[in-house]
Amino acid sequence: MTDLLVASPAAAPPPAADAMATARTGRRVPWTVWIFGGLAALLVLLAIFGPAIAGNVVDGSLRQRLLAPGAHGHLLGTDGQGRDVLRRLIAGARPSMISALLPVLVAGLIGAAIGMGAGLAGRRVHSTIMRTLDVFYAFPAVLLAIAIAAALGSGTTNTVISLSIVLIPPIARIAETETMRVRDYDFMESARASGAGRGSIAIRQVLPNIGPALIVYCTTLVGLALVFAGGLSFLGLGVAPPKPEWGQMINDQRQYMLNDPQVALAPAIVIFAASMVFNVLGDGLRDLLDVRRESR
Amino acid sequence: MTALLEAQDISKTFGNGVRAVSSVSLHVGRGETLGIVGESGWGKSTTAKMLLRLLQPDEGVVLFDGADVHRMRGSALRDLRRRMQIVPQNPQTSLNPRLTLQSSLEFNMRAHGIRAVERGRRIPDLLDRVGLDPSYARRYPHQLSGGQLQRAAIARALATGPDVVVCDEAVSALDKSVQAQVLNLLATLQRDLGIAYVFISHDLAVVEHIADRVAVMYLGRVVEQAPADALWKGARHPYTITLLSSTPGLGRERIVLDGELPSPADPPSGCGFRTRCPIAVAACADEWPLLTVRGADHLAACVHHRPQLAPAVTAVPA
Repeated sequence: MTDLLVASPAAAPPPAADAMATARTGRRVPWTVWIFGGLAALLVLLAIFGPAIAGNVVDGSLRQRLLAPGAHGHLLGTDGQGRDVLRRLIAGARPSMISALLPVLVAGLIGAAIGMGAGLAGRRVHSTIMRTLDVFYAFPAVLLAIAIAAALGSGTTNTVISLSIVLIPPIARIAETETMRVRDYDFMESARASGAGRGSIAIRQVLPNIGPALIVYCTTLVGLALVFAGGLSFLGLGVAPPKPEWGQMINDQRQYMLNDPQVALAPAIVIFAASMVFNVLGDGLRDLLDVRRESR
Repeated sequence: MTALLEAQDISKTFGNGVRAVSSVSLHVGRGETLGIVGESGWGKSTTAKMLLRLLQPDEGVVLFDGADVHRMRGSALRDLRRRMQIVPQNPQTSLNPRLTLQSSLEFNMRAHGIRAVERGRRIPDLLDRVGLDPSYARRYPHQLSGGQLQRAAIARALATGPDVVVCDEAVSALDKSVQAQVLNLLATLQRDLGIAYVFISHDLAVVEHIADRVAVMYLGRVVEQAPADALWKGARHPYTITLLSSTPGLGRERIVLDGELPSPADPPSGCGFRTRCPIAVAACADEWPLLTVRGADHLAACVHHRPQLAPAVTAVPA
């Protein structure tokens, strides 16, 4: 404690610069990033290989309905139709992860482009874009997603489209805020004086500065999108049964919840856990990429 | 001698009604250094931005090699961007914090279609020229000191072989000793490469070190413009005289000004300096005096032909 008080500010390197240095040299990656990054990678692998390793998840035997976890080699038991819950969860990873990751990716690209464009544009274009985005903020995101998905009809593609639309405004706003932060820096002035085109300035000068914040934000958004996607398919707007999907599995099994809560709780817990993985990973990346404490 | 870069009566009023720059005329010859001095907020940077075509003047024209900078299109504009560069003020933000020096230098070269092989060849040369080790190419700005950052910013300005470099308070944020090193570097580069500088500073001592000619700005106007020698020997505007007197090392007795700094948003009537001028007379409130000839290439805007200012009673030995 006394050491901290005695240490002169001149002797210690500025904390921001120090953190940035470690971010670049790759040292001192927070443990949360290692662990939750690993878990996120696992989820992605599950989405890729899940359906292949899960085997038959559609047909069940009525004699094996609602088996308790652990019974007859069913690690998580069986559901109301006598199908292995664990297998269905593994197979359901693909549609669930696709309808969470893809919208964030699509919305991330479009939102970043819109936000940077608005941030670098003149005052009139800027306020036109931002006020238009504000219209989307007038609706609760979940309701908007439901409305769009309902209008488009059920299916994974439409879930992806509706979630992408819903996620664009918040991402664009982050991109715009970050762009506004750097646009008046001296290096932007010399970039303009260099003769480089607007697109080139945006991609090579602005994007490296706003990228880390966007990556962090989009990572946490994957968690949110998982919950949204689960909600949509719970309402029957996602994958059509009997193919499994996490949100749809909850809906499918909720009638058995009073006596056998595990059949509906298992997918709910998986959605929650997967969502948390991306949330915590986002927080870890925030520390690693030093988003908030950007040195001026 | 024809001027390489010339501003003719440029003015700029911002949207909030602040008249930042009023009828400023300047010219810089090839290989010459024009110093622009004045206190902060007097329109020096706005003038620089208009010279660089980063800001459109409301009135007046900027000529580069005789062509109107603000009407340039296409290849002429590209050529202007290549030949005119800037070294910004703040070392901490003059380079992109997320780019290595190499990337920063490459960005400027790429804008002019210089190929990768050529870029790779030039970067060590450029760094060497500004006194940085070529290994610094892989460093990020936060790994450099303030002086090194400004050297890197100079290297970036040189990357496309410019004829004019606008240094906007380029050494103001540096320590005195580092300042001197960077100024010496600029002088060396000028001698070797024949670059013209527009050197903006609030510090007369710095401008004295490097400028061939000096323009003194007050409240968005040039109040005096003269060859550096003539200015040090016989300043003809009371503002210049007080500025000189307040600069240590020029061996003058200090004149202390009274009065509030006027606001560019609400300037006083007539001469903008009259509210602080020790020798203001009634006529000063009528209109801003025109710049009139006071000697060879020496202009001043004051009703007094040869103003004399008494040092303050509590004079501080210079």
